[in-house]
Parts: sequence; C-alpha cells; structure tokens
Amino acid sequence: MAYPAGFKYTKDHEWIDLSGDKGKVGITDYAQQQLGDVVYVELPDVGAKLKQGQSFGTIESVKAVSELYSPVTGEVVEVNAALKDKPETVNADPHASWMIVVKLTNPGEAGALLDATQYQDLIK
Amino acid sequence: MEQAADAALKKTPLNARHRASGAKMVPFGGWDMPVEYSGLSQEHLAVRTRAGLFDVSHMGEIEIAGKDALAAVQRISSNDASKLQVGQAQYSGLLTPTGTFVDDLLVYRLAPAHFLLVVNAGNIPKDYAWIAEQIKGVGDAIAVDASSRYALIALQGPEAVNVLRPLTEVDLAGMKYYWFAHGEVANVRATVSRTGYTGEDGFEVFVPPQSADKVWQAILQAGAAAGVIPCGLGARDTLRLEAGMRLHGNDIDETTTALEADLGWIVGWKKDDFIGAAALREQKASGVTRKIVGFEMLERGIGRHGYDAYVGDAKAGTVTSGTQTPFLKKAIGMAYLPVEHTAVKTEFDVDIRGRRTRARVVPMPFYKRTK
Repeated sequence: MAYPAGFKYTKDHEWIDLSGDKGKVGITDYAQQQLGDVVYVELPDVGAKLKQGQSFGTIESVKAVSELYSPVTGEVVEVNAALKDKPETVNADPHASWMIVVKLTNPGEAGALLDATQYQDLIK
Repeated sequence: MEQAADAALKKTPLNARHRASGAKMVPFGGWDMPVEYSGLSQEHLAVRTRAGLFDVSHMGEIEIAGKDALAAVQRISSNDASKLQVGQAQYSGLLTPTGTFVDDLLVYRLAPAHFLLVVNAGNIPKDYAWIAEQIKGVGDAIAVDASSRYALIALQGPEAVNVLRPLTEVDLAGMKYYWFAHGEVANVRATVSRTGYTGEDGFEVFVPPQSADKVWQAILQAGAAAGVIPCGLGARDTLRLEAGMRLHGNDIDETTTALEADLGWIVGWKKDDFIGAAALREQKASGVTRKIVGFEMLERGIGRHGYDAYVGDAKAGTVTSGTQTPFLKKAIGMAYLPVEHTAVKTEFDVDIRGRRTRARVVPMPFYKRTK
C-alpha cells in the first residue's frame, strides 16, 4: 500500500494529514499489518489536550494491545466515532481511517516529523 | 524487515525452514518460534475448515523405562496410567504435593514398562529434575530427557486424515482418538498419534530431528491441493482456547489445583497414591472456593491474561487467557472466580485497562467439532 506523500509520519507508526492548523491522525499500513485484526479502538473525548508523543488512546488487535501516540501537541476537536463499531476498517483502509482531529497549538512541531520517504526507509 | 535471531534462543530442526518461508518469529519458552505464517486468522480458519501444519518440536519428551516404570509414572502423573494399553495416550498433570501444576502433559505407553511424557517447552529442565527426584525411591525406573531425539509436527484439521494417508502405511482411519502407532511417514521412521491442541481432528507426528524438514515439506506438498498451510503459535493459542484447553503458565500453574482448574477428570481418584493425592482428596471433600470458568465478553474488548475480574465493586478473580476468536468471532477467555459466581450465565466485569467491561460465564469448550 502506498504511503501518501502529503502525510507526515512518526517513528511510532502514526500518520497526520495536516490542513491549516488541524490534522487528522491515524496509524500506518505497516502498523496495522504488525497488529493484525483490530477489534477495538479506544479514543479520547473531544476537548482532550494532548502533548506530542503522549498516548491518546489504545488499539487492540487479536494479538495485542498498543498505545496510540499523538504526533503533535494540541486539542482533540473531532473523534471518529465510526471506528467504535467498525474497528476493522483500520485494517482495510489504514490511511483513510482517521481516529482523531487535533487542533495544533505548536504547528512548528509538525516540521520535524518524517515525510513519506523517510518513513518508508524506517520500516524497510 | 530482517529478523535478527537471538543466539541464546534454542532452535527446532525446522527453524531454517520457518525463516526461509518468511514466518514471523518470536521468542517462546526459550525457543525461537514462528508465531505467524500467512496471518493468525487465516491459519486458525484453515485448521477449522481444512488443515494446518504446526512445528511443535519445542515440546519436551521425557521417557521413563525400567521394570517399575508404571509405578514411577503412577507416582508423578495424576491420571491413572494403568488404564493405558500399549499404543494409547492420556492427558495428565504433573502435580505438586498441594495438587497444583508443575506442568501438564501427555503420557504415551510405548511398551508395558516404557512411557513417553510430552511436556511443555519452557518447563523441560524443571520437569525433568522434578521427575528424576520424585521417582528415586520407586525401584527399577529411570527417567531420560529425550527431547533432542524428537522433532514433533502436528497436522490438525478435518482434512488431516486425507492429507496424511498417501504418505504412510499407518492405518490412520482406524486409529482412535488418543491412540498412536509406529510406521513411516514420507519414508521416515515415525510415531503417529491422533492427538492435538486445537480441538480439531488431527495427528501429531514424532520424527527424528534430521528428517523433520523432509516430512514437513512432504506434508505441505501432499496437502497443497486441500489448502493445507503452515501455522504458527498464534493460531495454536486461539485454537486451543476456543477448544477450552488449558495452557500451563496461563490457566494452570503452581498456584492452581487440578480441581480449581476443573480438571478432576485427569485425577486417578482410585489410584493408591500419587503426588498431590492427599491434598486433592481433602479439597474434593471440602469443596473448592474458586474455580476456572469460560467467559465471553458482552461489550467490546478482550479480557486478557492477568486482568482483574470484578463482581460488583469487589475484585473477585483473575483472567488467565483471553482472545478474539477468528472462528466464533467473539471475545472469549478463561478466568478464576469464587465458586458461587461460576454458574453459566453469571455476569461479571473485567477491568480492561481501567474500563469495567461486562462478561458472562459460558460453558467450555467454546467450540466443539462435529464428528
């Protein structure tokens, strides 16, 4: 699966799709492959304040439970409630299955994240 | 990604084959083992609907032989080995004096005074030391750790008998569950037993380590048309859990007795004496205070090993195994609960990372094959 060139990526295998001062956050195709069948995604409430690298939820697969880490500092302004009933969409379409939208308080942070090429080098 | 091999881990004779085939490898019980080949769910479903091939060569083999071998086995093994005919096997427990599990095992009667015990990989040195010590006073019997002399390959699933049949002269169709026979498989000297850890029909094939790869390849080739695929420990765990089979280290250990684990059927109550007998007889008379149950989650989430179980606001027990099963498509598990809360349909909560999640006691096994 292709890694969208417009996204930024973390070493923890999250992506962020930035648009203005907001960004949609999800996990990468590589991450969902490692996890296997996702059965539960636990997400924060709207209004939650996150620091870069802080856990914003958990994702549970048949095999294991993993933390989800925020790529940026900011406030959760939207949560993808559809994942609650259809967590398997994270496996089927990971780069479209956004989990939260974060309003960035420090947009400069995003510049230090990996681009698609750097991320694909990381997972080689 | 390259997977680095940890030099300290032991390798089965099929290790190079797993790595060459691109299996995902993990450390398990001191061994470098395949956890997944094509994918856990796919492998699980293959075993339920066709057949899957497992390398279980990490399992230990301890032989007990000598004129008094039966007496020695009767002392260390909870089940009644005198009921075994030559060519027959039974599930049993290696118990402490308090009736808890040093390990669980299969006991095979190879000859009137020669037994083969198949034990868990991570427990081999502990089991062997325990057995050797415990049978010292039992006359003419000696225990030998023969683990390095055996590779063990399990072919499990409804198609197993059809896939294996062209490779062997052993009468597979006529072999009853928990019986075994010697013969050749793919022109290799083998012992074939109708046993397994998946709740499905199938066979476990003991072969010399140097021939393991030949047999592995021959079975995969013979089974290709029937859809047989290699499987890892991940599917083995979800399969055994669906079948309600206990895993030592998770569901049973040195803190849980055979009765608490609801395994009274592997205790030879009519035997004279064996390690743990007195404690178990006493517990049977007085009744257990806690017992293992099967449960399914009523809300989203998986109750996993080590999670707390609550009845009302009080911590009441512990989850010992849990998974989302690919076949039943439910989150299931096992837990120890106070005996008054173990009736089928009783509801309780599992603390899933701080979230109280509803669960319900259900009968085990969760899955039972249609014969």
